[in-house]
Amino acid sequence: MAMLDATLTDMVTRSFLRRRLIAFAVPLAVLAYLVYTAVAFDLAGLASRARMDNAAILMSDFVSHKVHVTRDNRNGQVTASVEGENKGAYPAGTFPDWVSASDAETVIDLGGGHVVTYDAAGGRYVVPGYGVIDIRPEANRLILTAPEPLPDWINASDTRVTVTTDAGRFTYTRSRVETFRYFAGWELFFFTLDSPFAGKGIGDLAALALWGDRVDPARPNIVAMVSDVWNNKMWRHGDVAWALFETVLMAFLGTMGAALVALPLGFAAARNFNPIVPLRGLIRRVFDFVRGVDGLIWTIILSRAFGPGPMTGSLAILLTDSGSFGKLFSEALENIDEKQVEGIRSTGANGLLRARFGVIPQVTPVLLSQVLYFLESNTRSATVIGAIVGGGIGLMLTQAIQTQKDWEEVAYYITLIVLMVMAMDSLSGWLRRKLIKGA
Amino acid sequence: MVEIIYGPRGGKRPDLTNGHEAYLEMVRRKRMYGGLLLLVFIALMASGWNLAASRNAGGFWNGIGNVFAFPSEVFAEAWEKRALIPGLVVEHVPALIETINIAAVATILGAAAAVVMSLLATRGLARWPRAVPLFRRAMDAMRAIPEIVIALVLIYILGGGPVPAVIAIAVHTAGALGKLFSEVAENADLKPVEGLQSVGANWTQRMWLGVIPQVAPNWLSYGLLRFEINVRASAILGFVGEGGIGYDLKIAMQWGQGRYDDVVAIFLLLFLAIVVIDRTSDHFRHRIVKGH
Repeated sequence: MAMLDATLTDMVTRSFLRRRLIAFAVPLAVLAYLVYTAVAFDLAGLASRARMDNAAILMSDFVSHKVHVTRDNRNGQVTASVEGENKGAYPAGTFPDWVSASDAETVIDLGGGHVVTYDAAGGRYVVPGYGVIDIRPEANRLILTAPEPLPDWINASDTRVTVTTDAGRFTYTRSRVETFRYFAGWELFFFTLDSPFAGKGIGDLAALALWGDRVDPARPNIVAMVSDVWNNKMWRHGDVAWALFETVLMAFLGTMGAALVALPLGFAAARNFNPIVPLRGLIRRVFDFVRGVDGLIWTIILSRAFGPGPMTGSLAILLTDSGSFGKLFSEALENIDEKQVEGIRSTGANGLLRARFGVIPQVTPVLLSQVLYFLESNTRSATVIGAIVGGGIGLMLTQAIQTQKDWEEVAYYITLIVLMVMAMDSLSGWLRRKLIKGA
Repeated sequence: MVEIIYGPRGGKRPDLTNGHEAYLEMVRRKRMYGGLLLLVFIALMASGWNLAASRNAGGFWNGIGNVFAFPSEVFAEAWEKRALIPGLVVEHVPALIETINIAAVATILGAAAAVVMSLLATRGLARWPRAVPLFRRAMDAMRAIPEIVIALVLIYILGGGPVPAVIAIAVHTAGALGKLFSEVAENADLKPVEGLQSVGANWTQRMWLGVIPQVAPNWLSYGLLRFEINVRASAILGFVGEGGIGYDLKIAMQWGQGRYDDVVAIFLLLFLAIVVIDRTSDHFRHRIVKGH
């Protein structure tokens, strides 16, 4: 007895020691690994590479927009445009109400007492609490007159003067002079400037839509409004809606197609339905191969064959998921209750009928819930695959990011993607509850 | 029995005196609904594929013949240069290690965040019960943002390299694992927690000593499964963004003809790595959950 107790105590003590050791060793190992990767990923060099000014641009672009007022110094022409884009240009000769332009001079009121003036001699910027910044071009250089010493928000050289204040940004070069004024919110989200409805308040718009005179005699105002919003050149709402639909379509076609392909193959790979061992093994290896090769490689191969577009994306999802579904389905089929199959068999039914009435009703809830889970996650994958094969919202997003200036569009797309994925999540959750409770 | 099946519905009532007839009618009705659903589904699939094909650059029937053209071209060239492939495989191992490192670090960081968030989002365990919906919605949002979005935006700010990919995958992992972890934690036995509370343990101690030991095996298993998924995601992110084996693959593909031996070497490496990782993690998950 005493012997036993001694060995038991010994065992328990040793087990405790081992556990304590593991409790320290595992976090230490993880920490050591993280330190190694921090070195391997050059985390120290990241600080120098990080572009915080880019982050500032991105954040301000996410929530605000700017209007450019530009004068071409060679021909004296003054233009205004939203974000400096052609699509957002004010019609020639018209300006927002905070700009007053005559032949001789252009006065831009940036608000809060900040006033910029372009005239024949050059440009002036009045900054309250500081003074007047005056720039005149002379021969090949710019002459800057401003209260000394120059603060660090004025960046001056012989060829370029940049003034950045809270109210806006002013740049003078020999070829042109440009002023930015920032506004909160996304610009021209509903109507671009060439639409007759641009710049109107909600009340005006409602009045126009319901009882106002027709702006375009050919069609009712409400139709014109919807069409102007849908065809908005800046935001391309129509194209975006199509792209979202295309992404969901890719996920739907890919997932459902994979399920249809995998169902018969799943039967052929299940131990209780296919007695031929080599064939079963072969099909299982095919599943493993298809899954192992991975969606990325299939996507590349298929986009070579089918060209860019949503069908290529659907096929890529179909192919990858056939492997996963085949494995899952055959496992589900191996776990069925044989009694029901036997009951059907006793009525003299052949193999197909046994499968239809003995097996399918049993496995449907399991298979459906798996298919719906995949549909959910494939909505996300379709965004990424769209970026590779060139279709759907993934393509629009990568394009918007690559231009590196339309960050408000990036924010818009991200919001839409998140909403789309969440909507698909709740749809598939709802369907899952409906179908599986009913079955 | 039959009444329950039909419910209080208007119209012609089935003849309840004849159970056989009523049963047959129910079967007919069920079959009709099933058939209608099937028809709708077939119509959706057919029109969907048609639409997808019409918006594609090349049609389906043009493409189907080309499916094997590219692989056979690639393999023909690689076969000619087969002697070079082992060398090329070795050459790309560092890139593969980078891809795996990205996945591993992202899984560790994401899982750590998921542990905290899932406990805060589980009813009955949460530190601040009123904030449970808040943490749930936060996890939903993190799960909903595809990795590529975060990665591409971060590349603009942080420059290329593995760090944007790590952050992107980690955010998604935190959301996805958080949900699964929270589902496991919901089923944890509360008695140890109450016991710890009775001796004055604070929230962290209750979770660390009362909940985590119960749920650790399942959590580990989910974590390993996530690691498998993340290796694939990390390869894809490399292809779209920068870094790792995905980037090497993109470069080799862009070179095209003449570098197909490189492409095959990378395919081979990626395939082997994924199979080995899947098998290993499968093995460990079985051992963790089944306990042997």
